[in-house]
Formats: sequence, structure tokens, C-alpha cells
Amino acid sequence: MPDKAIVTPPSLDAMGITAAPPRRSEWKRFARVFFGRRLYLIGFIIAVIIILTAIFAPLLAPYDPIQNELRGKLQSPSWEHWLGTDQLGRDILSRIIYGTRISLEIAFAAIFSSAIIGILMGLAAAHFGGWVFTLIMRVTDALMALPGIILVLLIAGLGGRGIPVVIFALGFGGIAGMCRMMCGQALSVKQNDYVLAGRAIGMSNWRIMLTQIFPNAFPPLIVGLTMGIGGVVLGEAGLSFLGIGVPAPNPSWGGMVMDGQRFLLDNPLLSLAPGVAIMLLVFGFNMVGDGIRDAIDPKLRGVL
Amino acid sequence: MTAYIIRRLIIGLIILLLVTMMVFLFVRLLPGDPLMVFMGNLRGSAQVSTMGPEEHDRLMHEYGLDRSLPVQYWDWITDVFQGKLGKSIGIGQDVGALIAERLPRTAYIGFILFVITTFGGILFGIYCALRRGSWLDNTITTIANIGMTVPTFWFGILLIYIFSYKLGWFPFFGWVNPFEDFWDNIRHIILPVASVALGGIAGMARLTRSCMLEVMRADYVRTAWAKGLRERVIVIRHQIKNAMIPVVTVLGGTVGAILGGSVFIETVFSIPGMGRLMTTAIFDYDYQIVQAATLIFGGIVIFSNLIVDIAWGWLDPRIRYA
Amino acid sequence: MASLLDVENLKTYFKTEYGLVKAADGVSFNVNQGEIIGLVGESGCGKSVSILSLMQLIQSPGEIIDGKIMLDGQDLRKYKSNGPEMRAIRGGKMTMIFQEPMTSLNPVLTICRQITESLELHLNMDRLAARGRAIELLKMVGVPDAATRIDDYPHQFSGGMRQRVMIAMALSCNPMIIFADEPTTAVDVTTQAQLLELMKDLVTRQNTALVIVTHNLGVVARYAQRIYVMYAGRIIESGLSEDIFGHPRHPYTIGLLHSVPRLGERHGTRKLIPIDGMPPDLINMPPTCAFLPRCTYKVERCQKEPWPALRAVGDQHYISCYVDIREK
Repeated sequence: MPDKAIVTPPSLDAMGITAAPPRRSEWKRFARVFFGRRLYLIGFIIAVIIILTAIFAPLLAPYDPIQNELRGKLQSPSWEHWLGTDQLGRDILSRIIYGTRISLEIAFAAIFSSAIIGILMGLAAAHFGGWVFTLIMRVTDALMALPGIILVLLIAGLGGRGIPVVIFALGFGGIAGMCRMMCGQALSVKQNDYVLAGRAIGMSNWRIMLTQIFPNAFPPLIVGLTMGIGGVVLGEAGLSFLGIGVPAPNPSWGGMVMDGQRFLLDNPLLSLAPGVAIMLLVFGFNMVGDGIRDAIDPKLRGVL
Repeated sequence: MTAYIIRRLIIGLIILLLVTMMVFLFVRLLPGDPLMVFMGNLRGSAQVSTMGPEEHDRLMHEYGLDRSLPVQYWDWITDVFQGKLGKSIGIGQDVGALIAERLPRTAYIGFILFVITTFGGILFGIYCALRRGSWLDNTITTIANIGMTVPTFWFGILLIYIFSYKLGWFPFFGWVNPFEDFWDNIRHIILPVASVALGGIAGMARLTRSCMLEVMRADYVRTAWAKGLRERVIVIRHQIKNAMIPVVTVLGGTVGAILGGSVFIETVFSIPGMGRLMTTAIFDYDYQIVQAATLIFGGIVIFSNLIVDIAWGWLDPRIRYA
Repeated sequence: MASLLDVENLKTYFKTEYGLVKAADGVSFNVNQGEIIGLVGESGCGKSVSILSLMQLIQSPGEIIDGKIMLDGQDLRKYKSNGPEMRAIRGGKMTMIFQEPMTSLNPVLTICRQITESLELHLNMDRLAARGRAIELLKMVGVPDAATRIDDYPHQFSGGMRQRVMIAMALSCNPMIIFADEPTTAVDVTTQAQLLELMKDLVTRQNTALVIVTHNLGVVARYAQRIYVMYAGRIIESGLSEDIFGHPRHPYTIGLLHSVPRLGERHGTRKLIPIDGMPPDLINMPPTCAFLPRCTYKVERCQKEPWPALRAVGDQHYISCYVDIREK
């Protein structure tokens, strides 16, 4: 019988024969799917532009967004004012640029808070089970029984005016959804053997939750969070539109739409331009969320 | 099946109860003098801040505000069940009557919206999934993606600008009783319905499309092909029926979203419905109305969810025979 | 006697983002009436793709590039995959049992409906007659309480029971051939044995041909009359069951049989010897024999010449190898 040892002769190497298929880097694949679709790429670029606009607002905006200039009110678009001016003579473009700050600050703050609380609640419900689970489920059911906007409206409207209230309201409205998502993910992760293994070696509840369940259950939530940004921005705009959101004279896009409705004949851009800004922001972040979701979905490997 | 329905009914009632508690607590826990809170709007608060202590105590007692919270809750709940929703101090009208006047209008528009978004969205979604990658699919999906980013109130204003100002086809705002002049009513609600329908159909179409695509990949669909069935049979009997299951479960949320949307379009188009009632009441700090309206909204959503749950059980035998 | 099914040089390729995958690259085999054939190979060797190609169930990005598929004298490749002729054959004359009983049945339709679908379509039965026949079929495959359980839903059955239902569905229209793609992989060993006995029993009774596709040698050893061994998209050995197991001639088959324990061997007689290396990447296939990197019997010739064609080494025994190996 021939010798059992397998040595690949040099001639085979020269022909490029390998014994195993090449491994493809996970990050490269992520990048390829994420940036591969034109739509996601566009969304990503838009999101980046908006974030940069917020950061560099003072450098980009030609005028002071809250400085009244009553003599020049309700002007149509011109070279000095690309989008015209509003009813108090303020440059619309500058207000929109500064508005990115308000929208993003509020959105990130609200998402962050609802994420922290929602995730903790979801983890607790999934991990402890029993009456904790039932209680949390029913409470979130009750919270979700009210249409989201109504709930947010209630809190923002009755809790006083001002940006912190808005953040609180929007954050509060997002908790139930985050909690449910986290709970669902954690429950399915819990089935896995590595959780059982952790328990078998005596890990405490907290350690299991933090080191085993959370890191594995979390990734799909990233998608929810990114999409949530769009939702919160729309919510904040809605609140400001109704007059119970960001108070004047802050340049909030929703507030501008509200202002503009009265002056639709004079300068429609006052109402219409901020809406386009809202759409761009929401679209950008939604596409990023979609891209992330597609990129981490194992079923889409090798398929477009 | 009946066992399932009863189970869902009981859960629904429990949630409704929790919602009432939530609403009650929320109003009662607000900072400030409870009497001022209770008496409603700014005018009421102004009165309270100027009245003397005996008057204050007398009114507290009259409104039952000096009793313990659970007792107050009980009083309020029993009142609600008897149909007495309170008296709006601000407007001076009976809240129940107000709601009875306004709710039908919101429900009317809401119903039309529900039908349009559900059927429109589902049909588009199914078509796009079946003809995936086609020109029409790409167009509709793109429109849907954009449609989901559009703020409804803004879109309403845009529509007003184009169709009322520039083209003059539809009135700017207002409401006409459909029983008095049906076609004029239609003219008035076309723009409001269109503003919400865009986002609604977009979301529904996206969801349906992805549910269909998921089902089309399923093993049992492969089995169906292996049996030699015709494509049309496979699509209807095997794919659509399964794909509709997750879609149906979001219909409850759709009702909620439409109710929420009513808040905005009634403001934009000055329609005197529940949404407007709610916002003006909040603005005026008219807590009686806010309390009752929230309850109504919550009740409608819970009821819709119940219907959705039943429909889900009817569609999916795995739920029925759990 | 002419074969019932004759597959010649079947080539099914997949255009993926990584390149062209030659899943089936010149597969030829035949099946006679009433025979039980084993199609054996490891995961990814192309056996599932081959039989899916026969049923024209291959979807984009895959495509049948070449080959002749003759069923009972008809050239199946002439027909469009969703045309009326192919649809009549699929499910009627050629049926398939899939691997995953848990997900291969439609969860929202009753078992009755899923069986009567085929009966109504291929045998033109009316609803009532079809229902009666469906109950008979369920009894045949050993589902207890068939008359009541016929109206149950898939989720109310266990995995083994569902696979029996799949078998019933496959038999329902008296097909000429049944393809079973890893029919017992997803069930426990006891159920495996029961299902295989059942299948053998039923096809023998009805003189239906059965092609069992599996990676499990034990399954085919007992039931198959002839065996085809596949590797990297091609058939590398074929022959009667006793020849393949008694004196395998291809290095791969030999390796496979060495790596499997045998009942009756005294403990400690020999070590289980796995085959070194890994299956090849089907995208960048070299022109030479695909098994070369893992082969312990290779000679000079193997490294220079293209993949060997099948040659006879015995009665109905063919191998795709340049080396003559005599097992002791």
C-alpha cells in the first residue's frame, strides 16, 4: 500500500490547486453588500452629509438663524437668500442648516434613552421569565395600545414645553418597541447551548445577560435603532408642527412647516423646504438601516 | 377557535384596564395644584389661583379631589362605564356629547384610509414580489421607500399648495357632512386622504413584498412546484395565504397609525374631528377631554388588535391549535 | 430492455457573484423500471442539483447548460420548465421527497388538501374520490387513525409522520420514478429504518423506481441495487451494490468505506481512516482529476491528463480513474 502521508507536490501548487476553498473576510463581505446597492450607498452619503452639516452648521449657514430682520420678511428666493426669508425675516436656508442640529440632537438623545431602558427591560423579561415577563409584556401592550403619536403628544403636551420634554416624550414612546424587539431576540438566543453552558459553569444572571445573551441578540436591533432615528425625527417634526415640540425661536423643521402654512402664498418654501430636509434625513438613515440589515443577514450571502 | 377568541378577549380587557389606569395616573400625577389641573384650561387655572382657601376646599370636595387615588379611580371608571365622560370645564360642554359629535368624522376618514392603504398596499406588495426586479417593481419600491420618509402634515400642505392654490381643483380645508352633500364631502376629503394614504400604502407594500419574498423561498413552495401545480395556483393557494399572516398582524398597528395621523391632517385641513379635539384640548390643558379622548383612542386600537388576533387565528392553524 | 430514465452528460451551472459554479459537470446515469438506485456523495458534490435538474426545478442563477434527459423515450429538455408537458410529468410521473419534513409542508393547508391537490391535478379525480384515496394512502404509509388525521394540519404531526405524508404524496399519482433527496437525514435513527423499509416495500409493490440521494452509505447499502458515487459534480464510480461495497475501485469510494465502521469487525482491528483534505472549490476546478489533492493512489499520469472518463472494470462496474487498485 502506498504511503499515507499527503504532500502536495510543487507542480500542483504551480497549477493553483488548493485543497480548500478560500475564506472570504467577513468585513469585506459586509462592505460589499452594504455599499454594493446604490440605494444604500446614497443613503449613507446623505446621512453623513447631514451629520457633517450639523457639526459644521456655524461655518455653513450664511446668516444667524434666530436674528429677526423684520424689514426683510417673507422674501422670495434670491441670491442673498437662496430659499428666501420667513415671516420674521430670518434666512430659511440658515434655519434649515441649524435645524439639522436640533433634529439630530433630539433624535439621538431620544433613541439612546429608549434603547437603554427598552433593552434592559427586554433583557430582564427574557431572562427572568415568569411574572416579570408577563408584567413587562402587559405593560408594553398597554403602552402600545395607544397610537405612538398620541402617547408622545400626551407627554409632550401636558408635561410642559421645551426640548428636554420633547426628548423625554419621544424616548418614552420608543421604549415599548425596543423592549419587545430585545425580548424577542433574547428569547431566541436563550435557546442556544452556549447560554446553558454559561449557567452550567455557574455564571451569575447578570453575567449571562451581559456577556452571552446581549452581544448575540443585539445586532438585529441596530437596524431598528437606525430606522428609529427616522421615526423620531418625524415625530419631533410633528410635535413642533402642532406647536408642542421645540419652542420658538429655535429653528425646528416642523415648526417652520407650521409657520409656513399661513404664508403659503407669500413664500411656499417656508413650509416646503424643511419638509424636503426631513425627508432627506429620514431617507438617509432608513437606507443605512436597510443596508445594515441586508449586510448582516446570513441568508443573503452570495445572493443579491 | 372559541377558546382562542375568549383568551384574546380577556387579555384585551386587561390591557384596556391598564390603559385606563395609565391615563388616570398620568393626569393625576402632573405637577401642580390638583384643582387647577382638574379644572382644565387656562381660564380655570386663573380662577383657581385667585380663589380663597374655603372656596378651594369646597371645590376640591365637590370634584372628589380630596379622596384617595384608588377611590377617585373607581369613581371615574364607574362614571365612564355609565357613559359619563365628564364635563369639559373649558368649553363647558359635556365631553361625551363632544366626542359623539366628532368621532364619526374621524372614523369615516379613518375607515376610507384603512381600506385604501390595506388593499392598495397589499396588491402592490404582492405584484412587486412576483415580478421582482422588473421595472415596475423597482419603481414602486423606490416610491415606497421615499413615501415612508414623507411627513404627512407636510405632504398635506404640499398637496394644498399644488391642488388648491395652483390648480384650484379642491377646497383648501373644511368638512362637509356626507349625508348632506356627498360629492362635496368627497371633494373635501380627497386631499386629506391622499396625504396619509401615500405613507400608508408605502409601508404596507414594503411589508407585503418582503413577506411574499420570504414565503416564495420556503421549502413548502418548492414542494408545491415539485407537484407540478400551475404557477397561479401556487401563488394563490400556497404563497399568498402564508404571506398574509404576518401582514395581517400589523393591521392593528395600521389602525393606530391612522388614528395618529388623524391628529395631523385634521389640523392641516381644519377638519373638526377627534384628532383636532385632542390637540386643542392638550393645548388648552383641558384634561377632561384629554382623558376621555385618550381612552377612546386606546379602546379603538385594542379593539382592532382583538379583531386582528381573531383574523390571525382564522388564517394560521398553528395559532388556533396552539 | 430500454431504461426508464436515461441521463446523459447533464451539466448544470450556477452563475454566482463568486464565479461560475459547475455543480453538475457531465453527469450520466440511468434507471430501470422498478429499480432502487443509490446516488451517493458528500455535501456539495452535486447530487441534489442533479435530480432537481431532472425535475426542472433549478432556478436562477442556476441553469441546465447541456445534457439529455430521456424519460420513457421522451426528451425532457425539449419542454419548458413550466409548460404543461413538464408540469404533467412533475408530480405525475416523476415525484420527489425532500429532506426537511418540518418545513416541506404548507402550514396552513390540511394534509388532505395537500394530497388531493396532486390527485385532482394529475389523475383528474373529484374532491370526494381524492379524499378517499388520500385516506387510503395515509393508511398505506402507516399513519394511525388515518381517517381522522387526514384533516389535521402539518404542525400537528411529528417529523417522522410528516415524512410519511411526503412519501404518501410522492406515491399518490403512481409515478414511474420517485427521487428521495436525503429522505431520512432529518429524522432519528429508528424512524430512519422504518421509513426506508416503508419506501422499499411500497415501491416494490408498485414497481416504481426509486432513486435515493444520500451521503449516508449505510442507507443505500441495504436497499439499493445499483449505486452511483459522485464527487465534485461528476460520477466517479458506478456499479452493482455488492461490487461497490465488496470491492470498490475508486480511491474516493475506498476512502469512504475505510472511514466508516463496520458491524461485525472486532474492536481494535483497524483504525477509522478519514480522507485527508477538503472537497474542492467548484468554481476554480483544475482540468485534472478533482480528487487528486486527496488521493493516496495517484500516479504520474493523474497529474498530467484531464479528468479520466469512466471505464469498465467489471460487469456494470465503472470508475473514473487511471489507476488499477486491487484491494486485498
